[in-house]
Amino acid sequence: MNTLASMITKRIVFGLLTLITISLLIFVGVEALPGDLAEAILGQNATPETVQAFRNELKLDLPAHERYFSWIGSFLQGDLGNSLANGRPIAEVIGWRFINSLILAGTTAFFAIPVAIILGLLAAIYRDSWFDKFISISTLSAISLPEFFVAYILIALFSVQIMLFPSISNINDQMSFLQIAHAIFLPCLTLTLVVVGHMMRMTRAAIINVLSSPFIEMAQLKGIPRRRIIIKHALPNALSPIINVVILNLAYLIVGVVVVEVVFVYPGLGQLLVDAVSKRDLPVVQASGLIFASTYVVLNLTADVLSMLSNPKLRNPK
Amino acid sequence: MLNLLKQSPWSARIGLFIILVNLTTIFLAPYIAPYGETDLIGDVWAPMSSEHLLGTDQLGRDMFTRVVYGARNTISIALAIVFLSFGVGCSLGLIAATLGGWVDQVLGRFVDIIMAFPTLIFALMVLSVVGTSIPTLIVVIAILDSTRVFRVSRAVAMDIEVQDFVEVARLRGEGLWWIMRHEILPNAMPPLIAEFGLRFCFVFLFISSLSFLGLGIQPPTADWGSMVRENAGAISYGIYSPMYPATAIAFLTIGVNLVVDWMLNRSSLLRTQ
Amino acid sequence: MGRPLDITQHKRLLDIKNLTIEGFNGRDWTPIISNMGMKLKQGEILGLIGESGAGKSTLGLAAMGYAQTGCRISSGTIQFDGINLNALSTNEKINLRGSRISYVAQSAAASFNPAHKLIDQFVEGPVQHGLMSYNDAVEKAIDLFRRLDLPNPEKIGYRYPHQVSGGQLQRAMVAMAMATDPDIIIFDEPTTALDVTTQIEVLVAIKDVISELNTAAIYITHDLAVVAQLADRIMVLRNGKLVEEGQARRMLDSPKKDYTRRLLAVRSLGEEKLRQEKDPSLVLEISGVSAGYKKSEDIVKDINLKVHRRKTVAVVGESGSGKTTVARIVTGLLPSNRGQITFLGDTLSPDLASRDKDCLQRLQMIYQMPDVALNPRQKIKTIIGRPLSFYFGTKGQKATERIEELLTMVELPVEYMHRYPAELSGGEKQRICIARALAAQPDLIICDEVTSALDQLVAEGILNLLQRLQNKLGISYLFITHDLATVKAIADEIVVMYKGRIVEQGIKKDILKPPHHDYTQLLLSSVPEMDPDWLDNLLEERAAA
Repeated sequence: MNTLASMITKRIVFGLLTLITISLLIFVGVEALPGDLAEAILGQNATPETVQAFRNELKLDLPAHERYFSWIGSFLQGDLGNSLANGRPIAEVIGWRFINSLILAGTTAFFAIPVAIILGLLAAIYRDSWFDKFISISTLSAISLPEFFVAYILIALFSVQIMLFPSISNINDQMSFLQIAHAIFLPCLTLTLVVVGHMMRMTRAAIINVLSSPFIEMAQLKGIPRRRIIIKHALPNALSPIINVVILNLAYLIVGVVVVEVVFVYPGLGQLLVDAVSKRDLPVVQASGLIFASTYVVLNLTADVLSMLSNPKLRNPK
Repeated sequence: MLNLLKQSPWSARIGLFIILVNLTTIFLAPYIAPYGETDLIGDVWAPMSSEHLLGTDQLGRDMFTRVVYGARNTISIALAIVFLSFGVGCSLGLIAATLGGWVDQVLGRFVDIIMAFPTLIFALMVLSVVGTSIPTLIVVIAILDSTRVFRVSRAVAMDIEVQDFVEVARLRGEGLWWIMRHEILPNAMPPLIAEFGLRFCFVFLFISSLSFLGLGIQPPTADWGSMVRENAGAISYGIYSPMYPATAIAFLTIGVNLVVDWMLNRSSLLRTQ
Repeated sequence: MGRPLDITQHKRLLDIKNLTIEGFNGRDWTPIISNMGMKLKQGEILGLIGESGAGKSTLGLAAMGYAQTGCRISSGTIQFDGINLNALSTNEKINLRGSRISYVAQSAAASFNPAHKLIDQFVEGPVQHGLMSYNDAVEKAIDLFRRLDLPNPEKIGYRYPHQVSGGQLQRAMVAMAMATDPDIIIFDEPTTALDVTTQIEVLVAIKDVISELNTAAIYITHDLAVVAQLADRIMVLRNGKLVEEGQARRMLDSPKKDYTRRLLAVRSLGEEKLRQEKDPSLVLEISGVSAGYKKSEDIVKDINLKVHRRKTVAVVGESGSGKTTVARIVTGLLPSNRGQITFLGDTLSPDLASRDKDCLQRLQMIYQMPDVALNPRQKIKTIIGRPLSFYFGTKGQKATERIEELLTMVELPVEYMHRYPAELSGGEKQRICIARALAAQPDLIICDEVTSALDQLVAEGILNLLQRLQNKLGISYLFITHDLATVKAIADEIVVMYKGRIVEQGIKKDILKPPHHDYTQLLLSSVPEMDPDWLDNLLEERAAA
């Protein structure tokens, strides 16, 4: 148990270090802005008074390390500073958008994960059959397509041709569950199509890898029925790669959300980030970037820890 | 080489054909395109006609011309990025694998940290700070992408590095550079070429996505991703003009992926034999 | 032999006729075995002998109506106890496998599922086939574990495969195969991956259990001496065809076919050793050397040995004895922590980087796996040519002539220089490795298990070649091996290693003659001999001692 515990601890410590480094990078990145931040943002015509007010707002006159700690400190307490574009507290803007993004990603994951795993399993079991070939060509196409292409195809089909679902997914908290489901149907489907392709191909590869192990042939020679071989012998050993695949794709989803949100004008964190980048609203960029990156790091961390836990050799040391 | 082609499955041939068509377009764009890249020549969103094969765009430029020039701009930028990222990633990967020790450790940790960032988010943040221009795009994406290339080429080189024939060379007294060039690199080529295809697809989609978000290649340069974005509004009127550049993107990536898939299958077959 | 020998009266269990099995090589189907017949009676043990590519495993698996992935049974009949296996549905075949016919694989470590305890894997077969309840099966397991002499039979089943040693795991797999009292057990090289001293344990266990339970068995191996201890009847296969078949004792006493005779011949060198001056000069001297991957932990301790000109010193030991470590110390890949190495009168610096070109040139190495010792992307010409240009600056026409000369020296056609390694057989590749070493004109060649990955007859060819080259060129060999037959054939002096130390060393005659050190005794006595009574006699001797 000791080796496992220490491996997990090491991994978690590394995860935390990564988070700290990322926050530093984000902070330093903005610091590295050529010239004076305030002037660069406010432009040439700004009066010295406005520039000074701006500097106070951003605490630009403090030394760098103090600013970093005060930024991170207030970040951890939920105070993300104020937006440059409209002066509103960022926490207020980001909070509900983050939840919206989570709703989108979560719903997608809810449908995509089981579908991908089952398809991957079937493709691996019926390897080289027409089913496998069909699935492999169609998923290959799916992962080759940009998200916005899939999105516009779906819009053309479902909102222009048969007008079943809206092409703009505006949701708010007055909407009922069904209304929300109706509104986010197309963005969810887009993300599902893209993510399932990746996940299914990786699941298939992982299962095929396990199925070629000698112990699977041994099980066949022991006269174990096929279904039991898959469930009792192949799955426990494929678990760790599958967990990895799933979480890797969840992490991918986090990024895929950005483009899809823009296509469907969905009020999520991704759209906010893209907006902020084009307006150079740096505090918002910093805050939402940090949130995206932390989610990503935590997901990767979870994947590694789970796959360590599912390894029988690590779980039962000599 | 011809023999190889004869053995290739139909999917790979389709892929090769698509790649060839695109490459020709890059070189012959001015001769193929009926109008100038930024010429305003007609109505907004005119339908398909013999004058305008794919109709016109949101400003009244010829869509077919824009798609042809888009191929040239988008693909050459993507290629520039992949070459740069391979140059950096591969050489560092090979060096890390052959040298080992602290060099390997430092490079590995550094790459771990960059890779802990989602690529798109990282790129967005950098672009928000330094602003968008084609050279910045190339450098930023190449650096981000070279981390993946580093990992792959390091892993491939490590696999080769432990083989006895490398030890033979080392025992003979060969220098590091010679071992890298004569023993490791030739054996690393097949997986690295396949990786080149994969990275190209990724970079190409990535640039297109950035342009689509309005943060990549800037107008009036014709570029497939931005063309989708600019024409996106048309779709709700039942006009399919954003679909042409989007389809062009999809075709090229599918084509490259088909070829890469075949190459990967071939090399895994060779390994099991 | 302790087995009833009147099996002629027994009923016929298995009858394979005109069997052809084909394998897919990526382009077309080629036969692995063709037109093969095989019969097996109740209680009989049949030995299947052959080198790699003989099709012996394929034939063995066919007795279960099973063809490996990428293979197909294209014609012939397989009758088991009156049932035609070809005609059975998949489900009916599954019902037979693991209940009436069972299988023991070569590598137990890979064939046990790492995710489940041994007992659960044992019990799975009988319970799935509806033959026993879970508790009965567990009792049966403990009983069999005890019969197979596994330590702590009540508890060992509750361990995971990676928690049990290789020899024990192999015995647990034999137990698993016996779980349902099958009519036939197929043993597929069950001891090949084991050290000789461990092999004995497993052989004894197999022999006892099958004679006690009177199970019929097919024993597949490349090692005639092993099968001689067990089999009633032997079939010799080569390239998918039957060479010879007959009663085991008859076959061992008077083989009819030349191929069988060559397999039977105790590994001997056709080449005579060249006797020479009385006091040959010293090439390599290792004195008081200790080394390990950490400064504080030595893997090998206090190694002292000498290699003289035109002599072969064999370092013998089982896995983990530290024999390969000795080779790595001499080459400088693993710098020694203490001690001194003298090579041709000069003190060698411990690590590779600080040795000069001249010293590197005079010390060459040949590896176990010729496949990975040759760069697959270089032509033979480049492979052999590099040491020529690197050490001597020989290039162009001169180099080509020298390469031709070297190829002739290792008895390969000169046209081979335009080929890639993949176009050569295993034995030919090893000859290329030898030619590459010779190109440097070395005084000492370290041979690390150079014949272990090769078939017996090919290996003999290599040993003969090495001896001829030594006679002609006066090279010395430091020969690292686990195979005592090889040692007996080629060594002048023997160094026996055990757990990182030299336990005995001296000239061959003395080491092979009693009295021995205890470990040398164990090692020497564990090497199976062709005599069918060898195992029984050995056990009696060991019991008496």
